[in-house]
Amino acid sequence: MKKNNLKRALKAAFPHTIPVLTGFTFLGIAYGVLMSSKGYGVWWTALASFLVFAGSAQYIAITFLTSVFNPIYALLMTLMINARHLFYGISLLDKYKNTGKLKPYLIFGLCDETFSIVCSTEPPPGVNRKWFIFFITLLDHSYWVLGSILGGLLGSMISFNTQGLDFVLTALFVVIFLGQWKAQKNHKPAIIGILCSIGCLIVFGPSNFIIPSMAAILVILTVFRKNLAKEEVK
Amino acid sequence: MTLTAGQTFIIICMLTLGTVITRFLPFILFHNNKKNSSYITYLGKVLPYASIAMLVVYCLREVNFTSPANYAPEAIAIIFIVLLHHWKNNALLSIGAGTAVYMFLVQTVF
Repeated sequence: MKKNNLKRALKAAFPHTIPVLTGFTFLGIAYGVLMSSKGYGVWWTALASFLVFAGSAQYIAITFLTSVFNPIYALLMTLMINARHLFYGISLLDKYKNTGKLKPYLIFGLCDETFSIVCSTEPPPGVNRKWFIFFITLLDHSYWVLGSILGGLLGSMISFNTQGLDFVLTALFVVIFLGQWKAQKNHKPAIIGILCSIGCLIVFGPSNFIIPSMAAILVILTVFRKNLAKEEVK
Repeated sequence: MTLTAGQTFIIICMLTLGTVITRFLPFILFHNNKKNSSYITYLGKVLPYASIAMLVVYCLREVNFTSPANYAPEAIAIIFIVLLHHWKNNALLSIGAGTAVYMFLVQTVF
């Protein structure tokens, strides 16, 4: 009986994750190839994808793995990149309320894609909601791990000219930026982000500007909170 | 590998810790369902935009204007992505094609 319920939840969840399957396979392969081009074997890639499960942070982390060892900087950068998750959590407080022992994993696996599916989808009648959400989370997590393993293997087997492949990261953020820009009428937070970072880049130089930028962004967003909060930020 | 295995593992743990903090924090802070810690809600709304903007600048931090090779591939690829994304609105297509254009430019043109 219980097994049947699980099967039904898995069957209901799978179709919703197909777009993520394509996306994570592609981005995961690119991540694996990039890691292997920096000398990291497939098991490092798999470990990072399994434990961290946050694409943009992992891509950025390649730059930490290839420069001076600085764990605090890596932590701060991850917090900043993933600050958007705070918003996801706040939006899903109610939906995740009665998920019992599955809850820690559901929260652990709450990546952008899982968030967007869970937010916009309800399980069909007769399907247990918490297991439905669980399978969406688990499937997305598996696609990411398998995609990056595939990339790691490809990167170690075939050698091709990967010069410029790092740009996949820039492209990813530019596309996220464009998506946010279109979805949002109030562009001030985005403009504050750009101006603070460019300002700090000029003042502090390329290797030291991120922490000052984060501080400047937080200060300006806090000081102008009344101003910014007035305008509809969706 | 630039870092040692131990250092790499520590960096991966830091990433995991940072991700876990941002994912669990709202559920820990608001487990009594007081939704109105308005400062956190406000940051949750505005920070995503500011931090993605910062990441774009971060990715382009090595760009400079001393010679066209140091800025033209980035500029062309980003303009291409903006146009393609505006036209097709397909994230993976824009990322894939934009990266391909950039790789072509740095490997063969500049």
